[in-house]
Amino acid sequence: MAEHISLAVIGGGPAGMAAAVSAYDSGITDVTIFERENELGGILNQCIHNGFGLHTFKEELTGPEYAGRYIDEVKRRNIRYETGSTVLSVSPDRQITVVSREKGMRIISADAIILSMGCRERPRGALNIPGMRPQGIYSAGTAQKLVNCEGCVIGKEVVILGSGDIGLIMARRMTLEGAHVKAVAELMPYSGGLKRNIVQCLDDYGIPLLLSHTVVDIKGKRRLEGVTVAEVDQSGTPIPGTEEYYECDTLLLSCGLIPENELSLSAGVKINGATNGPVVDDRLETSTDGIFACGNVLHVHDLVDFVSEESSRAGKNAADFIRSCGKTKNEPVIVRVTAGNGVRYTVPNTIDAANASGDIHLRFRVRNVYKGCTIKLISGGSVIYSKKKKIVVPGEMEDIIIKPEMLSSVSGELVAEIEEGAV
Amino acid sequence: MTRNMICIGCPMGCELTVEVEDGKAVSVTGNTCGIGKKYAESEVSSPTRMVTTTIISDKGIPVPVKTRSAVPKDKIFDVVNSIKSAELKLPVKIGDIAVRNVCGTGTDVVVTKDTV
Repeated sequence: MAEHISLAVIGGGPAGMAAAVSAYDSGITDVTIFERENELGGILNQCIHNGFGLHTFKEELTGPEYAGRYIDEVKRRNIRYETGSTVLSVSPDRQITVVSREKGMRIISADAIILSMGCRERPRGALNIPGMRPQGIYSAGTAQKLVNCEGCVIGKEVVILGSGDIGLIMARRMTLEGAHVKAVAELMPYSGGLKRNIVQCLDDYGIPLLLSHTVVDIKGKRRLEGVTVAEVDQSGTPIPGTEEYYECDTLLLSCGLIPENELSLSAGVKINGATNGPVVDDRLETSTDGIFACGNVLHVHDLVDFVSEESSRAGKNAADFIRSCGKTKNEPVIVRVTAGNGVRYTVPNTIDAANASGDIHLRFRVRNVYKGCTIKLISGGSVIYSKKKKIVVPGEMEDIIIKPEMLSSVSGELVAEIEEGAV
Repeated sequence: MTRNMICIGCPMGCELTVEVEDGKAVSVTGNTCGIGKKYAESEVSSPTRMVTTTIISDKGIPVPVKTRSAVPKDKIFDVVNSIKSAELKLPVKIGDIAVRNVCGTGTDVVVTKDTV
């Protein structure tokens, strides 16, 4: 006989904790968080730098402090959490298979499930970098964990490929640890990281950011000896004659994050090709009934504050689902949300216009850097929302709040788009 | 003299334009909030930064720490080295002081993670 609980939360990082706390506060107290690491907190534990929590707590915290706030909330409510517990699969009928050292392997059925497994880094194998395969090549987050949580010294002469935030943060971290960071190479003509991180992690330490550059060769038999960096053209192809060799013992890769959705796939959840996360509706429910998704497993966020906020909504919605046995009040009126000109993706993918009770967050990323543009939401030829922006960049997620009353004139489809050049 | 800078006060990264006279900011534009104005004023006269790093504790486990407030930018490496050589006995709680008045900056270094 399978164990049964009301709500299973998979992953005890910022998303899982916020979702569990919110579900609990919405009246569903029979909640268990399953976490494969030995402590709650997720990736925040290795993010020892500050800059977290300005939205949520109105103060600037480090990663472990931000996690600590939510761990306290989980403990204060006596919400169950099982660390060292790995969920192996989730079935479409909401049974999870979980394995841990203490309890062995169990099958647990749940009235609702929250997917909050976060994301993982794009590895070298997915980047098609030519060259040899020596030691000394790390994804930036792995390096971060080794340095900050294990106390390892991983290298002295460093080149970083990719200017995502983790790469920028690690450029500073390695510098403070006594390493020499020679350059950060970025394939795109703009950085994928936050502007503040370019200032305080690169500019402060005189580390050059080479935009439109990539690593075209890796040299070293046992240990990395050096990398060749070259400029790329508009299509991302290296330009012959621009190669420069950097002697180094360490190469960090900060080339994007991929939502970790193996469990979602086992549950039959449909995946959005643009986000690599589940397709969800405005309640953050996936295509499988009673299975919700939030945080970086849904789409990669820039700020943990937005993860917490989104996950609180997922927790509340899962609680509502459990209480109403999955029934909606009114006959659903489904509006498809699509990415129009200049928009790469939207979350959510559908809105139930007949059952929207509170504000709906429409989150999206743009395809390119657009200066002096207008963000528009269009349905059936009429503009239901419009906002002028000085600049929008792919590295920073946009967040539009749709009030339920705005949906009265919406039917069929809602398109989010960027109108260029309209200052 | 006009200086352009990006505010590091929060992830928005406002692009600031600062009019500087005699090493002091006389006007700041482009900021969204008061943090930007303060940042620009401090940045042109005496720039400061928060410092975060780890101390290897007596049990060999790294413990994350931070300066309680920002320290002068030109003292970052002194501060980091001073923190590195500090000793820390477990267990510690968030907010415990690891180093008092680090490098004479008037700022304490505090633990940022409960560690046993």
